[in-house]
Amino acid sequence: MVDFVLLIFIYTGIYAISALGLNLIVGYTGMLSLCQAAFIGIGAYCAAILMTFLNIPFWYALLASGLLAAFFGILIGVPTLRLRGDYLAIATLGFGEIVKNVILNWDSVTRGPMGINGIPGPNFFGFTLSSMDKIPWAIFIWIIVLLTYILIRRVVRSRVGRALESIREDEIAASAMGINIAKYKVGAFTCGAFFAGVAGALFAAFNQSVAPLTFDFMMSIMILCMVVLGGLGNSFATVVGTVLIVVTSELPRLLGVSHIIPPQLNQVLFGFILVFMMIYRPQGIIGRVKLNYGKIIKEEILELEK
Amino acid sequence: MNLFNIPTAELMQHLINGLTLGAIYSLIALGYTMVYGILKFINFAHGEILMFGTYAGFLLYYYLCDPSQGGIYVLAIFALSMIFAMLVSATMGIIIEKIAYKPLRNAPRLAPLLSAIGVSIILMNIAAMMFGTKSMKFDYPFENQTMHIAGISITPNQIMILVVGLVMMVGLKLFIDNTRLGKAMRATSENQPVAALMGINVNMIISLTFAIGSALAAVAGVLIAMEFKVYPTMGQLAGLKAFIAAVVGGIGNISGAMLGGLILGVLETFGVVILGIPHGLKDTIAFTVLIIILLFRPSGILIKHIREKV
Repeated sequence: MVDFVLLIFIYTGIYAISALGLNLIVGYTGMLSLCQAAFIGIGAYCAAILMTFLNIPFWYALLASGLLAAFFGILIGVPTLRLRGDYLAIATLGFGEIVKNVILNWDSVTRGPMGINGIPGPNFFGFTLSSMDKIPWAIFIWIIVLLTYILIRRVVRSRVGRALESIREDEIAASAMGINIAKYKVGAFTCGAFFAGVAGALFAAFNQSVAPLTFDFMMSIMILCMVVLGGLGNSFATVVGTVLIVVTSELPRLLGVSHIIPPQLNQVLFGFILVFMMIYRPQGIIGRVKLNYGKIIKEEILELEK
Repeated sequence: MNLFNIPTAELMQHLINGLTLGAIYSLIALGYTMVYGILKFINFAHGEILMFGTYAGFLLYYYLCDPSQGGIYVLAIFALSMIFAMLVSATMGIIIEKIAYKPLRNAPRLAPLLSAIGVSIILMNIAAMMFGTKSMKFDYPFENQTMHIAGISITPNQIMILVVGLVMMVGLKLFIDNTRLGKAMRATSENQPVAALMGINVNMIISLTFAIGSALAAVAGVLIAMEFKVYPTMGQLAGLKAFIAAVVGGIGNISGAMLGGLILGVLETFGVVILGIPHGLKDTIAFTVLIIILLFRPSGILIKHIREKV
């Protein structure tokens, strides 16, 4: 039981990292990306191959996974991001399918449908973590979540973050203010892909195995739901959304009724979350903190009147 | 003609196969492009509407069909199932638009997209729960024996796909170009508020657009089901490729969608044959086409690039 709760905790952490990345893409910049799972898959396979076949230490593999995913992010982003947002959604949807197909069919590198097993655990100062050491894993992963959170917070509260939000609100106005839209969009997309790659490497290292069908379209949708449920454009809300979604999807197993409830019910729930949140509460359950310019101006006037 | 050292007859054969596939893509692409023309967003649930319509036609066909009754009877039942599939899809299209898209008409661009994805997920999984994940195959309502005409072999089913596709497309083109309703649709897609001021019932036109697009998708779905199979996620890949076809032709452009579908179908067939792309990676071709089109001619091959105005 405790083990299971810890497992949920660890998965929440891994998903949170990629959801934070996706939030940077969807929430802050307003681009719809549907291939976060593909980036996780790329990261996971990259780490798995480097660590298992080439004996490269975990830390380098972690970094390489992130960078490889980011590279693919640029590859997809450059042709599509010059255009309107809808094209990106379709291009990413297609990219997700392609990545899955390539992983399935490229037997010599990815071992095809069998996946890669026996990935060595990461090494910390002489200790080797295996999947059984759940407490250290949970601590380690949540430290990375915290680092991601701080990093993204630093980014979005800077000039870059304001540029991204202005692109989300009105692309034309933003470009009139001298913001290089394509550059910032590709940058945000690449950043989001990087975090997904890191999450993928953690996924592979924790499970010590990867299988191609894990990283399908539904996983992308699940991560999208986390971002939408919490609140678009709010990193803290994204983490809350992740916790809610992971707990909800594991609840049947936690209560021991998983054999009664069909697995599709979960995904129907995700669909309803997307539709209902968009119609009734587009800002998410927590919402986003907006600068209230009206209030600021009123205060300024009051100051002046004194 | 001796392109890539392939005999002309064989080349013609692949062309026929490609056009058959392309006709199906075109029919689906029309739904995307019509909705995009009017509401300026991608109806992600289009593929799932197709899937539900196909299941509806499939179930009715097997509920009514009695093969011992003879060819004409079976064909009539098949036509009836096709019409039923179209009706189910059209109704679904209208209802989905009213529930999930209409409240979001003035929302930021991201909102209807996310809502559409939500609808698509719901429908896909409800179908998986209702009908099971096993794929089913339509029996041909006629003898599907390969015929040989001038050295090219073609099945009656392929002829039917080509004929039905052509009739639907020409019919739609005539409807949009020549009737009052078609004119109203064009006006709505050009400028919604002004169209409303001219006395056009914009909501009705939008419903009509969804109904027509969805009905065409149902036709395509039934045709796919006979050539391939029926399963809950059949709409996903078909929808994705049809969307690419719509982009190739220039999204929002009806003739473009027809042309784009045919081009994509032919390219896919030729890609496998001439470039020798392994069958497992066949779907990559369409995606590569999308990237190339987006890089060099983002507004499609038919329309000129128009800058978005404030």
